Amino acid sequence: MTDWIGRSARRVGGKERVSGAQKYVGDFRMEGMLHAKMVTLNCGHARIVSVDTAGARAVPGVHCILTAQDLPQPVPRFGPTAQDRPVLAVGETKFFGEPVAAVAAETEDAAREAAARVRVEHEKLPGVYTVDQALDPSSPLVQDPSLRPKDPLSPTNILEEVSYGWGDVADAHADAVFENVYTFPMVTHFAIEPHAFIAAPEEGGVKVWSPIQHPFILQRTIAECLGLALAKVRIIAPDSGGAFGGKGYPKFEPLVAFLALATGRPVRLALTLEETFQAGRRMATRVRVRSGFQKDGRIVFQDIQADCLIGAYADIGLRVVEKASYTACGPYRVPNARIHSRALLSHTTPTTAFRGFGVPQMSWAVESQMDEAAIGLGVDRVAIRLANLASRGEEFIKGDIPCDGDWRESLQKAAAAVGWGTPLPKGRGRGIALGLKISATYAASYCIVRLHYDGSASLLTGTTDMGQGARTVFAQIVAQELGVPLEKVAVVMGDTAVVPYDTSTSASRSTVIMGSAVLRACGDVKEQVRKLAAELAGVPEAEVSFENGIVRTAKGQASLPALLKDYYGTTRGEVIGVGSFLKRKTPGHPLAGKTVFYELSCSAAEVAVDQETGLVTISRYVTVCDVGKALNPQHVEMQDSGAAVMGLGHSLMEHIVLDEDGRIVNLGALDYRIPTIKDIPAVMESFAVENGDGPGPYGAKGVGEGGLLAAAAAVGSAVREAIGTPIRDLPLTPERIWQAIQERGAG
Amino acid sequence: MESEAVAITVTVNGMSRSLQVQASHTLLKVLRDQLGLTGTKECCSMGECGACTVLVDGRAVNSCLMLAAEADGCEITTIEGLAMDGRLTALQESFLAEGAVQCGFCIPGMVMSAQYLLDHNPHPTEEEIKEGLAGNLCRCAGYTRIIEAVRAASSGAGASTGDAAPSKTGSAAPSKDAGK
Repeated sequence: MTDWIGRSARRVGGKERVSGAQKYVGDFRMEGMLHAKMVTLNCGHARIVSVDTAGARAVPGVHCILTAQDLPQPVPRFGPTAQDRPVLAVGETKFFGEPVAAVAAETEDAAREAAARVRVEHEKLPGVYTVDQALDPSSPLVQDPSLRPKDPLSPTNILEEVSYGWGDVADAHADAVFENVYTFPMVTHFAIEPHAFIAAPEEGGVKVWSPIQHPFILQRTIAECLGLALAKVRIIAPDSGGAFGGKGYPKFEPLVAFLALATGRPVRLALTLEETFQAGRRMATRVRVRSGFQKDGRIVFQDIQADCLIGAYADIGLRVVEKASYTACGPYRVPNARIHSRALLSHTTPTTAFRGFGVPQMSWAVESQMDEAAIGLGVDRVAIRLANLASRGEEFIKGDIPCDGDWRESLQKAAAAVGWGTPLPKGRGRGIALGLKISATYAASYCIVRLHYDGSASLLTGTTDMGQGARTVFAQIVAQELGVPLEKVAVVMGDTAVVPYDTSTSASRSTVIMGSAVLRACGDVKEQVRKLAAELAGVPEAEVSFENGIVRTAKGQASLPALLKDYYGTTRGEVIGVGSFLKRKTPGHPLAGKTVFYELSCSAAEVAVDQETGLVTISRYVTVCDVGKALNPQHVEMQDSGAAVMGLGHSLMEHIVLDEDGRIVNLGALDYRIPTIKDIPAVMESFAVENGDGPGPYGAKGVGEGGLLAAAAAVGSAVREAIGTPIRDLPLTPERIWQAIQERGAG
Repeated sequence: MESEAVAITVTVNGMSRSLQVQASHTLLKVLRDQLGLTGTKECCSMGECGACTVLVDGRAVNSCLMLAAEADGCEITTIEGLAMDGRLTALQESFLAEGAVQCGFCIPGMVMSAQYLLDHNPHPTEEEIKEGLAGNLCRCAGYTRIIEAVRAASSGAGASTGDAAPSKTGSAAPSKDAGK
């Protein structure tokens, strides 16, 4: 018997990926397919005066040009939380890259040519591009107040304010109070696969191909925009070439669907990398934290005010603000907490989900405050964290599930691995920080396991695989439970006409939530198999055992294929198991429910800073994630160290730069730098803490985001030690560090 | 818009192809759209990400930066040309065994760059591997494992065909049944 759990099974779909056979959305071609191109304006905010498509229509091969006027009126709007984003810009464009029109033509060349010939007469308008501009009452309003008539905030650029807390911050007595402001810039996902979409009319409905993470949210969006029944909208979501949250929510799929219905042909829109930058980004933040401590380093209060610059439309930005603010105090015991956050609209790329979902921004601020206190009070930076870290079972966020891990173990493991406390030469420094993220707070995840006549099995699941390895881990669970060899398990994903409903592939949820559903579906199959065996053998069901793929009764034993053959004969047939994980929303809970688990991670860095140039070199980088149980240790490590490197990107080099017209100056791979193979730390280590204490199958928790939650704070802390002065704005570019060294003076 | 058509003859993955290509079209576009070789990927289209790397007369080239017309008379190897008989090369096996593949979108370009490196330097040092792959971006950031994959292939250790992978040295994530 092969034990598939805890084993580093090779990636399911790996062979296709190394041989070029894997088909991503952009690789599909179909008969009669047209190519689309969007028409955009060269500024962040403009009033559309008129759109002249005559020149574009004259381009040979053009089939269709859509402007807002050609769509149903009022123009359909969509969005996962608020339906505020129009399929095409209505009256004005609100961010650089927002489409005014779209062209469908026989070739990409013709579509590009025609799009360039659409004349959009427009008036450039002043825009809101920064937190200060968003809060300035004299700034233009990003959103038309009529979209939220009952909201008292509608005459402002504040889309939402949220407050969480407990205890009494105002009356709490602290021996020392530290107050600082931390900024985190806009950064972009930069999946190597740019977004691509195809839509085609199909039997009174529409079929849409998208690398979407959440196919059922896209299905709902298309159905609502086009006025179709869910059953008439089929979403095909092939495995994506990286998503990181950026492909979570619908972007231009409704537009492509309208083009397909208008032309009666399949229409393909493949975004350039530049257009993909303009499709979604991480929210930028300015977080002011006032932290009160006792002399011994224990936290007395955290008073956190976060201004979160989301984009022109809500997308999932409000949820990012809510969830990140909710856990802003981190994994610590904080007797008094006051958290107040504002989601600010701006004339910029809409904020969407991005690995970490707002936690990296909060962690940057609050973890840096832990250092501030440690240094101010003369307490070791690890010791101050140990003194405040929540213990298993402790309700550290009032009203949510208690601490579900031995978090000290993660911190101590990271500290030991980075050589904490051992001497360092001048110009070098170490830093350590923790990150805590809540997972899903509600879910409806269903799956089907089909045990075929020959003893092989198919799993049908609504989870998507964007590289995190869900296919592999689910296949391992099925193999383990049914005793079917791994290579005889097929995992079917990404087709809403075939797979049952799943809320989303987000929040590191799938191993725990869908994984539990898979486990239950396998249990259902096993129960039915026992019934068949009992019937065949003429014994009570209770006397049948099914372990490791072998069915045993008092009268003998049989392998699965032998049993199925015996039972069904030449009639053939199969056993179908169904599993689900349902956690409905909890009315009255600020996040619609308690988290299913906590994702806790610790990052530690050792750096050298060139005092002449400000260049940071990371000599050692350690991440520790509390995973409960690593179902596939290699996959866990891949996700964790990949997240770590992504975190180093936003810590050291990445930021979107806007000009005064709201245009992204560093649009594209040449000017927006992400870590290359030469930027990785000299030594990288990733450790998994496995205490079997997760709610998922075999004690698993979710992983995949943890590695970047605390990256900025850990690197920032190390840089601070190396240069002797703090920097509170990201990224920690050589220029910024050099400047800090100059301002610090010779010392 | 419609540029002049140019007649070219190229050898792609060992097969001679005579094509009419638009003068403005890149080798990448012709490989993907005219020859259906979609294993070569498009990302940045400006020679920065390496996703479109192919071998042209044995040299690693960003096919987004080369016009198809310039490839006339050249011998081109794409990712589809490595495992022609359905059997993965030792390098491709190494990528799988070492866990270097996540979403996989950068992998064809990464493998082609690594192939070029190993063709010219069969036993590269870690620094040489990094230098050789510096032009290939991976956002899943499996860089440490990609280095291991190239190293394993270079030492001939990457061709094992077990269904479980060895755990990486230096990783504490336990691999309980690796390769057994």
